[in-house]
This record gives sequence, C-alpha cells and structure tokens, in this order.
Amino acid sequence: MKNWWKALSVVLLLYVAVAGMLLPVPRLAILNETIRNLYFHVPMWFGMTFILVASVYYSVRYLRTPTPELDIRAHEAARTGILMGFVGLATGSIWAKFTWGAWWTNDPKLNGAAIAMLIYGAYLVLRSSFTDEQQRARVSAIYNIFAFATAMPLFYILPRLTDSLHPGAGGNPAFAKYDLDSNMRLVFYPAVIGWTLLAFWLAQLASRVSLLKLKVYEKQIA
Amino acid sequence: MQKDFRLEWRQRAALNGMLLYVSSTVFVCYLSFSSRGGQLPAPAWNALFWIVLLFSAVNAVAKGFLQESRGRMLYYYTVVRPQAVILAKIAYNALLLLGLALVAFGLYAVVLGNPVQDVPLFVGTVLLGAVGFASTLTLVSGIAAKATNSSTLMAVLGFPLMVPMLLLLIKVSKNALDGLEFEASRSSLLTLVALNMIVGAVSYLLFPFLWRS
Repeated sequence: MKNWWKALSVVLLLYVAVAGMLLPVPRLAILNETIRNLYFHVPMWFGMTFILVASVYYSVRYLRTPTPELDIRAHEAARTGILMGFVGLATGSIWAKFTWGAWWTNDPKLNGAAIAMLIYGAYLVLRSSFTDEQQRARVSAIYNIFAFATAMPLFYILPRLTDSLHPGAGGNPAFAKYDLDSNMRLVFYPAVIGWTLLAFWLAQLASRVSLLKLKVYEKQIA
Repeated sequence: MQKDFRLEWRQRAALNGMLLYVSSTVFVCYLSFSSRGGQLPAPAWNALFWIVLLFSAVNAVAKGFLQESRGRMLYYYTVVRPQAVILAKIAYNALLLLGLALVAFGLYAVVLGNPVQDVPLFVGTVLLGAVGFASTLTLVSGIAAKATNSSTLMAVLGFPLMVPMLLLLIKVSKNALDGLEFEASRSSLLTLVALNMIVGAVSYLLFPFLWRS
C-alpha cells in the first residue's frame, strides 16, 4: 500500500482526538484539564519544524539542480510550516487565556515564535516581489535557507537562556514531569507523529495542485 | 580580496553621509528627551542606542548592493571569486558599522550622559553587534537588490532576521550598563558569537548562488 502513511495519519489523529479528550490526565493545580492542550499545541511546533526542515532540504536541492518542481515543493512546505506555526500560536494563546489569564504575555518563547513567523512572512513577501520566475525561485531558496538558520535559534536556543513562564522553563511544569505519566505519553507521541504526517500530507497536496496549475499554464502557452 | 576592499573604500562619499545620519539621529533623540531634564533611565538609554544603531546599520549596508551598477557587478564576476566578494563586503560593512557605532556611542555619551559601568564589555558587545549586523544585512541587501521594491524589502527581510541577535545584544549591553560581573553575561556572549558564526557561514555558502543569477 503506497499511501499507508496517510492512513496512519488519519488513524493516529482520530485516536488523539478521542483519547486526548477522554483518557485520564494528571490533576495539576491551575493546569487542570487544559493540560490536554499538550496533544494539540506542542505537536504543531514539532510538525512545523519537520516541515520547515523539508522545505530547506528542497531549497538546497533546488540550488544544486534548479527545476520548477523543487521550487514548488519548497514553497508549499514553507507555507504549510507557516500554517502550523499560526495554529500553534492560536492554540497556545487560547491555553494561555485559561491558565495565565491573558491571550499574550511578554515571554521569550512567545515572542520568539512570533518573530519566527514574521521571518517566514517576509519569505512570502519576497516571493511575491519578483516577476522573473527563475530568479524568484533562486532568491527565495537562498532566503529560505538563511531564514531557517536564523529562525531556529529563536525557537530552540534563545528561550532556554532566559526564565520563562512557558512550561518547560523556569521551574514550571515541564516535559519531564509529564513524561513521568505514561498515560499522557500514550497519547502525546502518536499526536506528534500524526500531526507531522498531516503536515507532510498537506504540503504534498498543495504542491500537487501547484504543479498541475503549472502544467495547465504551460499547455496554454504552448 | 584586498583590491575589492579598496574598491569599496573608494566610495567614501557615502561614509560621510552615514556619519551625518548617525549624528543627526542621536541629536534628534537628545532633543526629544531634553524636555524630561536630560537623564534617561538606563533601560531606555540602552534601547534607544540599539535602535539608532539598527536603523543606521540598515541604511548603511543597504548601500552595499543597491547602489552597485550592473556593469560593475559583471566586472567583479569575471575578476574575482564570489566568496571573496562576500567576505570583502562583510568585512567592509563590519568595519563601517563599527566605526559608525563608536561615533554614535561617543556622541550619545556626550549629549545623553554615559551610564555604562563596564565600558570594555559594552564596546565588545558593540563589536559583536557590528559584525553580526554586517553579515546578516550584507546577504539580505544582496537578496533585496534582486527584487523590484528593494528598499522596502530590505527592511521587511532584515528586521526580523536581526531580532534574535538584537535581543542578545540588548541583554548583554544592559549587563554592561549595570556593571554586572562577566559571569552573568558569558553564556549570552557565547551564543552571540555562535549566532554570528552561523550567519556568516550561511552567507558565505549561499552567496555564490545569489551571485550567479
């Protein structure tokens, strides 16, 4: 079966939706039931990172052998990554409203994520400001690699240097504490895999649509 | 590479313009805060200083590629390796920014007061900042020069990319302002150096591809 991973994604996400809502979770003060957001918010960032890595991979390959297909794949992967990032920000924001009492706080992790979204927003702006397709593909591939190299420290290095309200830093309940609870692990790992696969699926579908559009366009010209 | 550097150096007219730009910006800051009785609180002093530097850096480095004529680019292309061009440009821009930053710091300290308690650390931070800004913005200006609306694009691409660096710089320089001991800012400084190296290496690797088009 060729599309086993798509089926796996659907099965895992259905399982996450049901089990994530129903299985018992540890009773922690303040967090209470909002701890279930772990299954939806955190996998977004995992999925985003993986799909952005894929985007960089396609960009590197584009620079080696320029074909329109690689450019489209890199672009759609980056767009999917941006989508995941926005969903991650939204789920985090809703969670923050119920636990911290505010939609947004001045926190290094939150600000880092927002700025990384700005960096990738600039990628889309850059793409739209070219008329020549080959040049657009080449320059945006270069920027994509550059952006990845500067955006990743925002996620994984800078927040670790400062205290943060965000779980996983500054003495707040973190992964290590959840990990002790094997019930949560039972849902969390499938959630990460499921959302990541979904991201790849989305990117694949989007690039297939773009490729078809390109083919139709070429036919029309010919 | 040396020759390239010298070629850059010849366009000194821009340098005087930048010096004037920095001094007038500092003076505008001074005038707008003079109604409060002169002295700024240390965090505001620090933030304002880096904002002045940020804007002058974007303006100074933007000139690097945007003002280059097509013919000259073609000439460079036949004579030198792209790696030499990007290194020369980064080195030149770093020196330029360092000079600008030191002038800005001097003026700034004269008119707005100098609350810095650990001057060597502060100057070291400024040095790292100049190198980091130069290596980020040189490639960005190269990218922006290819597009149609380059000057807007320069700001849109450059600012978010510089934020991680800027956050660290502001943190370390705040430590320098407060005169904390070196241990407090060591990990941030190391991260800053690592970040500079990442950005520099990526620029070095990517520029040949940008150059070819």
